[in-house]
Amino acid sequence: MVVSLALMRGGSNARHLAVRRILLMIFAVVAALSVFFPEALTRVAGFLGIGRGTDLVLYGAVVSLFVFMATTYQRFRHAENALTKLSRRIAIDEAEKPGQLS
Amino acid sequence: MYNEATVVGSVIEGLRKQFPYVVCVDDGSTDGSQEKARAAGAVVVQHPINLGQGAALQTGIEFALQDPELECIVTFDADGQHRVDDAKAMAERVKSGEAEIILGSRFLDDRTKLSPAKRLVLKTAAIQSRLATGMNLTDAHNGLRAFNPRVASNIHLTQNRMAHASELVNQLARLKPKYAEHPVEIIYTDYSKSKGQSLLNSVNIVAELFFK
Repeated sequence: MVVSLALMRGGSNARHLAVRRILLMIFAVVAALSVFFPEALTRVAGFLGIGRGTDLVLYGAVVSLFVFMATTYQRFRHAENALTKLSRRIAIDEAEKPGQLS
Repeated sequence: MYNEATVVGSVIEGLRKQFPYVVCVDDGSTDGSQEKARAAGAVVVQHPINLGQGAALQTGIEFALQDPELECIVTFDADGQHRVDDAKAMAERVKSGEAEIILGSRFLDDRTKLSPAKRLVLKTAAIQSRLATGMNLTDAHNGLRAFNPRVASNIHLTQNRMAHASELVNQLARLKPKYAEHPVEIIYTDYSKSKGQSLLNSVNIVAELFFK
């Protein structure tokens, strides 16, 4: 939980992004390996106190999902802000300036 | 203003009897509202796309701040729900220096007729707003406001849709201007009720504020 919270709050700067991508790659590799070496993952899971290796992969997937939702929403908000500022600039530039009438 | 071609003309004409300078921010209307607004004598600032009431408000504020002789900004709905007399009284209170921002409240007198459900939701919003910000408002979601340039230049709304009202109160709570509430009447007509936000939208507002 702590890990997923830390990952979700991670900012949008380049370093956090790189860290998240590395973790994602590791996760993908581990998931692939677990198909060929099921006992290995189960041993790791047992070490962490989780039932089976597949359960571990499942939990990892759920964490990844939440992180993905959080970062996608962040990216959306950034894009929305940028679009708004652009539209506002156009709107104000095209209108007649105040103080020229009264 | 968003698609208010049928009423915006008369709203602006009513405003211009008391306010010489009326700015209408058009939020990407598709029904020719812009021409109606211009014909009635307003300066129209046109969003190229529809962004939301919060965005329109911020655009209007930034536009107005370009005027070096600006004394007071009054935000007024384009759909005819607000009374020009209320706006005038509020503007006078700001120009006299009594307060830096006057916030309209429909609960300070009995003129406004509300359904019990809407009354409950709005009162809940006001209570939540007080708990979150410490500002004791009877009506936290009222579009009729008057404020001076100092307050205006410190407002930076990033919530484009209806959550902007709560964002505004949060920013005011941090800014701590001299404020007061003023009784206003919200005129609910069949027209405005059909276009107004549904009570369910409060769910969207809470979500938008929670995830910022």
